[in-house]
Amino acid sequence: MTNEEIKQHIIAVQPNGVFDETGEWLQVYVEGGEWKPFAQWLRNDVLQMDFLFCLTCIDWSATATGKALFTMVYHFTSTVFRHTIVVKVKLDRNNPEIETVSDCWRTAEFHEREVFDLFGVKFLHHPDLRRLVLTDDFEGYPLRKDFEDPVNMIKL
Amino acid sequence: MYRETKILEVDRKVSPTGGDLEGALVINIGPQHPATHGVLHLVITLQGETIQKIEPHLGYIHRSIEKMCESLSYRQFIYVTSRMDYLSAHINNHGCAMCVEKGLQLEVPPRAQVIRVLMGELTRIASHELWWGAMAMDLGAFTPFFYAFRERETINDIMEETCGARLTMNYMVPGGVMYDIHPNFQQRVKDFIQLFNNKIDEYDDLVTGNIIFQNRTKGVGVLSAADAISYGCTGPVARGSGVACDIRKLYPYAAYDKVTFDEIIETAGDSYARYLVRIKELRQSVRIIEQLIDNIPEGDFQAKTKAVLKLPKGEFYSRVETARGEFGVYIVSEGSTTPYRIKFRSPGFSNLSALDHMSRGCKIGDLMAIMGTLDLVIPDIDR
Repeated sequence: MTNEEIKQHIIAVQPNGVFDETGEWLQVYVEGGEWKPFAQWLRNDVLQMDFLFCLTCIDWSATATGKALFTMVYHFTSTVFRHTIVVKVKLDRNNPEIETVSDCWRTAEFHEREVFDLFGVKFLHHPDLRRLVLTDDFEGYPLRKDFEDPVNMIKL
Repeated sequence: MYRETKILEVDRKVSPTGGDLEGALVINIGPQHPATHGVLHLVITLQGETIQKIEPHLGYIHRSIEKMCESLSYRQFIYVTSRMDYLSAHINNHGCAMCVEKGLQLEVPPRAQVIRVLMGELTRIASHELWWGAMAMDLGAFTPFFYAFRERETINDIMEETCGARLTMNYMVPGGVMYDIHPNFQQRVKDFIQLFNNKIDEYDDLVTGNIIFQNRTKGVGVLSAADAISYGCTGPVARGSGVACDIRKLYPYAAYDKVTFDEIIETAGDSYARYLVRIKELRQSVRIIEQLIDNIPEGDFQAKTKAVLKLPKGEFYSRVETARGEFGVYIVSEGSTTPYRIKFRSPGFSNLSALDHMSRGCKIGDLMAIMGTLDLVIPDIDR
C-alpha cells in the first residue's frame, strides 16, 4: 500500500490523527486516550501491522522549548503488505501513563518494561511491569534528560 | 523452604498463564553459567522436569550505551556499538554509519560499499562459526568447538591485518571505511574461501547428520510463524519458523542488490530448523564473498566529509541484518553535533523474549538445545 492509501485508511478511523511525512516513513500522532483501540485496529484490520520492530520513548525536556513532554514511538511493519508506519503518542512528562499493547504484540511486553525502567513511563494493564535491567531499588530513570549520577557517571 | 514459598506467591500474582504451580521447583541458571554464554540469569519454574515458566533477569552487563551515545559525536558513537554485539561488530558499525549517512545525505563510494559487504559477510561467517562450536558444546560435543575456532582464527587474522583489531574492529566511518584494504586482503580471503568450502561439509558430517544431535534438537522449542512475528523475532530464529525477514533481501543496502544469494527459510520452527538456517547461511555468505572478492571497484574508500558532522533536525532510522537478525539504529537529531536521543533495536532482545514461550512444556534438558539456537549475545541484549 502507498502512503496515501494508508493515510486514507487511518483517517477513516482516526479523523483527528495528525500526519507528518517529512521522515522516511509515514508518521501519525495519536491521542493517548485513543491509542489502545487504534493499536488493536492497526494489528487486526486492513493494515495488518503485525510486526512491531521498534518501541521507544523520547524525552523532549532538554530542547530549546523545554516542554515537559515524552513521545512514545512505535515502528510497525506489515509482513503481509511490507509497508511501514511510525505511530507517536505524546505523554505528559510529569505523569507519563499509557495503555500497554503487549496483548497485541507480544514483543511489546519486554520493550515496555525497558521503557518503564529507563524512562518511568507507566504502562497501564501491563501483565508484569517491573524494572528490567536495573535493580528493583534503583532510584530515578537514567534515560531522562535530567538524570545525573555523580557516582557512576554515564555522561562524558 | 521459606524462600520457595515466597517466590511462588509472587509468581502466581504476576503470571496467571503459568499453570498450576503447586509443588513447583524454582531454580536459577546463571548469571555465571557456562551454557548461558554470558551473564544471563534465568529463573526457571519446574514441575518435575517440565519447564512451566522462564523468567530472564537482565542487566548484569548493562552499560547504558544509549545514554552514553547522547554525549558522543557522530563519529565517536559508532565505536561504542562494537561493544554491543561483539560478534557482529562490523555489521553494527555499518548500521550506525548508514544512519549518519542517511542524515547527511552522503553518497558512499562503490569501493567502500563492496568492502563493507565483504567485511560483513566475513563477520557473519565468524559469528556463525562460534555459534556452531558453542552450540555443539552445549549439547555435549566438545570437538566441534575446536574445529570452529580453527577457521574462525583465520578470519580474525584477516581482520587484524586490515582493520588492526580482531574483535571490535571499528572499521566503518560515516562515508565509507577508515582505511583501504591491506594488499594481502584479497588473496588471503580467497585462500580462506577455498579452504572453507570443504570445511562446511565437514561440519555437516560431524554434527548435522549426527543422530544424537538430531534427536536432541528436532521437535524441541517449536515457534510458529505467527508467534515469531508477534515476538519480534528476526534473523535465523524467525527464518527457522518460515518468516521471510532478511533485511539484505527486503531492503537491500550497500552492495547487496548487486549480488545473488538465497534467503534461507526453514518451516519446521524447531531447534533443528534454526540450526539448518545458520549452517546454510554459511554457504550463502561464501557465495556473496566469491562474487565480490575479485570485483572490488577502484576509487575512493571514503567519501569526503567535514571534520565535525552535524545532522539536520529530524529522525533517521537504518536497519541492517546482523548474524542474529535485524539491527536498527534510530537517531533523533536536534541539529547539534551529538545525537539528541539514540535507540538501538537489538535482535537478541526480541529473540530472548520468545524463550519463555518456546520452552514451556519442554524438559529442562531441552533448554540448552533451545537457548543454543537462539544464539544470544548478552551485551547485545543489555546494551
